[in-house]
Amino acid sequence: MKTFTYTITDPVGIHARPAGLLAKAAKTSGSKVTISANGKSADASKLIMLMGLGIKCGTEVTVSVEGGDEAKAAADMEQFFKDNL
Amino acid sequence: MAEYRGKAIVKGVAIGKLFFYSKEKGQVRRTSVTDINAEKARYESAKTEALRQLGEIYEKALKEVGEENAAIFEVHQMFLEGDEFNESVISIIETEKVNAEYAVARTGDNLADMFAAMDDDYFKARSADMKDISERVLNVLMGGVNDNTPKEPVILIAEDLAPSETVQMDKNNLLSFVTRLGSSNSHTAILARNMDIPALIGIDIDKAWSGKEAIVDGNKGLLIIDPDSDTLSEYEAKLKKQKEEKELLKTLKGKEDVTLDGKHIKLYANIGGVGDVADVLKNDAKGIGLFRSEFLYLESDDFPTEEQQFEAYRKVAQMMAGKKVIIRTLDIGADKQVDYFKLDKEDNPALGYRAIRICLQQPEIFKTQLRALLRASAFGNIAIMYPMIISEDEVLKIKEISSSVKEELKAEGIPFDENIEEGIMIETPAAAVISDKLARLVDFFSIGTNDLTQYTLAVDRQNAKLEAIADTHHEAVLRLIELVCKNAHEAGIWAGICGELGSDLELTERFMKMGVDELSVSSARVLPVRQKIRQSKAFS
Repeated sequence: MKTFTYTITDPVGIHARPAGLLAKAAKTSGSKVTISANGKSADASKLIMLMGLGIKCGTEVTVSVEGGDEAKAAADMEQFFKDNL
Repeated sequence: MAEYRGKAIVKGVAIGKLFFYSKEKGQVRRTSVTDINAEKARYESAKTEALRQLGEIYEKALKEVGEENAAIFEVHQMFLEGDEFNESVISIIETEKVNAEYAVARTGDNLADMFAAMDDDYFKARSADMKDISERVLNVLMGGVNDNTPKEPVILIAEDLAPSETVQMDKNNLLSFVTRLGSSNSHTAILARNMDIPALIGIDIDKAWSGKEAIVDGNKGLLIIDPDSDTLSEYEAKLKKQKEEKELLKTLKGKEDVTLDGKHIKLYANIGGVGDVADVLKNDAKGIGLFRSEFLYLESDDFPTEEQQFEAYRKVAQMMAGKKVIIRTLDIGADKQVDYFKLDKEDNPALGYRAIRICLQQPEIFKTQLRALLRASAFGNIAIMYPMIISEDEVLKIKEISSSVKEELKAEGIPFDENIEEGIMIETPAAAVISDKLARLVDFFSIGTNDLTQYTLAVDRQNAKLEAIADTHHEAVLRLIELVCKNAHEAGIWAGICGELGSDLELTERFMKMGVDELSVSSARVLPVRQKIRQSKAFS
């Protein structure tokens, strides 16, 4: 399992549009991607649950990647966060 | 004749027949099914149809309300395509052996409840989206669309309108909206604003009104049903005048603010609260030149918190979508008193403890406001403006406090616009006279002509007896304005006018010649001033 942390800089937090893109990216990654923040976690491929975390700007999230090509999936995810959130 | 009072969200007058609209919601019944696979297939095909509809609505909304407001329908598609909605529906069908309608309705309610329970406004609002989505699928499952939209021009009355409903209506048949629920930032409000038709909320509508003649007065927030002939003719005259004005001003909307000889002016609007932004956009101002932040203090029983202020500033910045929003820090004191500030009674409040003087002596109040302003600057194009300046020393103190607040935010990792423009009001003769020195310290000047006139002429603007000598075109004031512009330009900054004088059409051309770069006027004056600018010359 690979993990990294990232602090959200998008002013509205993980809102619907980037969350939708994130869910798609997680689904196609071939790994199980889990997002944790504020003591809760959600499968990143599940858009509604992901938004249910209510992650706001300035929150530090932990992203863990398990299974498949972990190294590549984790690097891709990290890039996704930097570009979109 | 009966009158009902509500809250106007878009101004204007409309006359026509009332039309009651309600979503024909069929009753969802829970029935047991034996063929689970058939039920799942029914759901799948209803979902495919719902997705197709959403695609169509998105395209329509794109044209009618723009990309930003249409994005919601793209998000609806993503929600419906996501795993949770589907998994929940399928699991309810499988485990409870029930019909697809019931499974969809329950899924929609569950997800709506989940979002409704969240504490952030943005996430809370997604609750309505969940309902909108499940209702769309239900509608397909229960036998397609019940088209009960108006077929002739009407005043539409409804309990509430969902975004997808307003978008689907034929705009030629809508004279006005009147709803019981909704808010001035709702999708319906945005649509009414874009269509420029009057809209009221907060009226207890009755479906028995359907078919009656009525008048909507969006200026007074009134719905008048079965008007008598005098009232009707009074409003017919208003409607005629409104149409004529609209025609004239339509020709000016979207036009540049440029003189005959090519000088470009920033024509902005003044606002006193979040609710005024609608008028700014409607009148096509290119930005907000004066956002009076006092309303936050005046409407409150105690000092407004950083969060309350931040929300208001952020909203305005976002609604203006990248256009300049110049926010003036608090200008309490003098004629604007607030109890919880516990200000002493003064013999001469206009010359007393007010505005920036309070901020510099009670920096904790000032810092809260600056933090809120800076945080909001991450959401749009905000500039900060400080009132009642008389010296360089004050500006240096302000800059010290503002830098320390910026350092604080940086240390906390909170984003803000690091290149935010900070300027000052020139509203004292002192500031005007030393504007050469002040210009080196700030990013812009905005001349507050009301106070500048009162202080220069030593004439109380509230005293009716002095009206005759309160000459707003006094040469002394005009020379000061000219001096301020000259000094601003020498230091490479811009200078504008945000007082009453800015919309005085007799002076527009003179201001252009003086080199005024910006005029900020009340929203209703934007287009008349634009017309005047376009007829003026700046260089000859």
